[in-house]
Amino acid sequence: MKTRKLTMAQAIAEAIGQEIERDDNVFVLGEDVGKYGGIFGATGGLLAKHGKDRIMDTPISETAFIGTAIGAAAEGMRPIAELMFVDFFGVCMDMIYNHMAKNTYMAGGNIQLPMVLMSAIGGGYNDAAQHSQCLYATFAHMPGMKVVVPSNAYDAKGLMTQAIRDNNPVVFLFHKGIMGLPWMSYFEGSTNEVPEESYAIPFGQAKCVREGSDVTIVTLSQMVQKSILAAEKLAAEGIAAEIIDLRTIVPLDRESVLKSVRKTGRLLVVDEDYLSFGLSGEIAALVGEHLDTVQLKAPIRRLAVPDVPIPFSRPLEQFVIPQVDTIAAAARQIVGARQIEGALA
Amino acid sequence: MNASTERKLWMYEKMIEIREYEETMVRVYMEGKLPPHIQKGLAFDIGSGPVPGEMHLAAGQEPVAVGVCAHLTDNDTVVGAHRSHHFAIAKGVPLKPMTAEMFGKETGLGKGKGGHMHLFDAAHKFSCSGIVGASMPPACGAALAAKKRGKDWVAVAFFGEGATNQGAFHESLNLAALWQLPVLFVCEDNKYAISVEKTESTSVEWNADRASAYGMPGVLVKENDAVAVYEAAGEAIARARRGGGPTLLEVKTDRYLGHFQGDPEVYRTKGETTTLRANDPIPRIAEQLRAAGELTDAVEQQIRQRVSARVAEAYEYGRASPYPKPEDALLHVFN
Ligand SMILES: Cc1ncc(C[n+]2csc(CCOP(=O)(O)OP(=O)(O)O)c2C)c(N)n1
Repeated sequence: MKTRKLTMAQAIAEAIGQEIERDDNVFVLGEDVGKYGGIFGATGGLLAKHGKDRIMDTPISETAFIGTAIGAAAEGMRPIAELMFVDFFGVCMDMIYNHMAKNTYMAGGNIQLPMVLMSAIGGGYNDAAQHSQCLYATFAHMPGMKVVVPSNAYDAKGLMTQAIRDNNPVVFLFHKGIMGLPWMSYFEGSTNEVPEESYAIPFGQAKCVREGSDVTIVTLSQMVQKSILAAEKLAAEGIAAEIIDLRTIVPLDRESVLKSVRKTGRLLVVDEDYLSFGLSGEIAALVGEHLDTVQLKAPIRRLAVPDVPIPFSRPLEQFVIPQVDTIAAAARQIVGARQIEGALA
Repeated sequence: MNASTERKLWMYEKMIEIREYEETMVRVYMEGKLPPHIQKGLAFDIGSGPVPGEMHLAAGQEPVAVGVCAHLTDNDTVVGAHRSHHFAIAKGVPLKPMTAEMFGKETGLGKGKGGHMHLFDAAHKFSCSGIVGASMPPACGAALAAKKRGKDWVAVAFFGEGATNQGAFHESLNLAALWQLPVLFVCEDNKYAISVEKTESTSVEWNADRASAYGMPGVLVKENDAVAVYEAAGEAIARARRGGGPTLLEVKTDRYLGHFQGDPEVYRTKGETTTLRANDPIPRIAEQLRAAGELTDAVEQQIRQRVSARVAEAYEYGRASPYPKPEDALLHVFN
């Protein structure tokens, strides 16, 4: 299998291009997906290769074009609609959650909507509250959408291929800070070896990206890259962190989380979404519900955005978004915490 | 409504101020974003430098802002979009806290929480947002409040031609016409929505034509000219103040810079901006004013000096102001 290093943006575009070639029903629609190749490069080079029928620039009319994707999917086509920033979901959420997410169910299963809604998430570059959110938990909270959030190019390609082939609506969220864009700082590890040929990664399979015995860090997206850097710091201090990259949150690979926490006895959830009522609470509850088979050596800890919109100013933004140092500090604190009384050593 | 010499000079001064202000901000914006300061692999790091994040500038579009705002008072409301410095300056938002906001400083309009796309100045009834199409509904609300209170205040929603394809545009025009709200909807047609040309996104040639579908006057100003905008806006605003309801005003204008700073502009033909700049509205109005004997060298010099002093003062204030404390991020979710 021939591989080469690709950025996450290139890997996503490659997956889309290969599926366009493989299946006449696949097409892309969204703002600036054509000549511009998508603001975040997820459709880079596709217009030149596949033409305007397959790569369609739309007006700034999210309700109309996302609804159009729904209608076309109901006819058996396989549209990929790009919502430029996930934060803009507000202008088109009715189409997303009252239609895309619910029609299959309300039809008793006699309708299928094989579409992908892809969008950019994440902050860290001072774009303020309307352009920096993650919101994956919002989509995951509402039944009817699969939710995919890759952390690197290899996974992104395989997961996008799977998303396009899936017969259900898939929300595919890529973090701007790991797309490998020439205008944004990024994390080395997100640009990695990607096979030229097409491959699909099944949903619902978390990946253990680093093994360790002292603490489990459950995370996803850009936070995987930050957690890896934190784990390297911790390793230098003699703390072995295990990192679980969830990759998809609907479906959620609960077994991999439990397996790791059973091994380490300590859980830190690192999340760039809001703290309350979200992913970190879900993972904590999962472990809480399995305390009959999971022995914790320390209380669970959650690191997430502290229920405030993302502020513009650099020191404020750095403060609310988990950073390599805060991840390391939280893990250190858990490992150093008083043992839960009666817990196995 | 003919512009007096005094109003023309005001518009001229404001256009110079907007241009000089944005040129100053773009210089500082580029600091630290380009090699050799940046990390390897990057051509441009949007998150570094003293003014991080996105930056959308309005060079070329000044006539729309000054031509409309020349009619407004502190009681009138202005709602802008992502590209709003020109509207803010023309509406009278003070430069110092506005600049501090762009630097993310404690002394900023929003204490560093909002940044350049989210400027809120309650005292001058100005706000803007990064969501395309979001300016029209709140403008309807301000107009409704004025109407309910029996005031002759108006609200202005500014937006680009790309925003006219949002549902919010159509919903707002219908509502405003139905309730005869004192709103002016102002569309700046700079031909592009990021990379997408208007001809690729909009089913009609002129948005002003869409007004008739909602039963309101639609006015098209084809010249990127402050005096022409002033005259068209004046009539519409006077009508709104008299209880005559909303107007859709469309102005054909030009964007000289990229959609945002760092935009590779692959969608433009080569040399396009040079051609556009040959028609720069600032020197043009200056020539007109001189020809009419309304602008002398001495006055020109005073204007330039005043503007430079204001811009320099704002820049220094923004740059020198302290950052908020990191924990301040937790404040103001609620009031
Ligand atoms: C709801 C929404 N969709 C998309 C965007 C991304 N976006 C920001 S500016 C822009 C183009 C706007 O074009 P136009 O309204 O013509 O204004 P201009 O930039 O030309 O001033 C787009 C698509 C957004 N901010 N909000």
